[in-house]
Amino acid sequence: MARRKLAAFVVALGSVAGAAAIWRRRSAKGREHVDVYFADGSMVTFAEGSDEAARLLPIARRALSQARG
Amino acid sequence: MDAAQALADLVEISAQIEAAVLAEADGTVLASTLADQERAQAVARDAVELLQTAAGGAGEPVQLEAAVPEGSVFVVRGDKRLVAAVTGREPTVGLVLYDLKTCLRLAGEDARPAKKAASRARKKKDDGDAAGGKA
Repeated sequence: MARRKLAAFVVALGSVAGAAAIWRRRSAKGREHVDVYFADGSMVTFAEGSDEAARLLPIARRALSQARG
Repeated sequence: MDAAQALADLVEISAQIEAAVLAEADGTVLASTLADQERAQAVARDAVELLQTAAGGAGEPVQLEAAVPEGSVFVVRGDKRLVAAVTGREPTVGLVLYDLKTCLRLAGEDARPAKKAASRARKKKDDGDAAGGKA
């Protein structure tokens, strides 16, 4: 009985963790960010609110606006 | 393949790309899908500025994606040239970057600035007119 309860608890915990990961991934996808890739194969993400994003995102917005007229 | 053809192929194969500009590393436009040359130049300048601003401790960036709610801006840099493109929201990043790298590779060393291509076309026209005048 105790084993069943433990298994149910583990499954429930896994489900909650999975749902949270999916939710975080989906909500992060729509956020403003800049992904920068370097020659050595490394990549860095500047998320909304960071100093780098604050410098880069206005340039990106200007480029989008110019491209779309 | 020349710069204009490489860009035309890019836009044809990548439905996600709305507009693209191929430029020298300093921002001189080689070819663009934008009809307005000034806007193409402005996008190229912004692409150069994005790369320069993104450069940090890890060295020179070779490609970047800047995503805002209105869409995404991509810049991919080669040895001498760069290509910049804009897409709608939430593009397939890997695919767009792959297509941009292919475009840069296809443009290769044959790409010439748009101004030179235009002057060549003008010269051809002048030659044609002169030949027509003689006949």
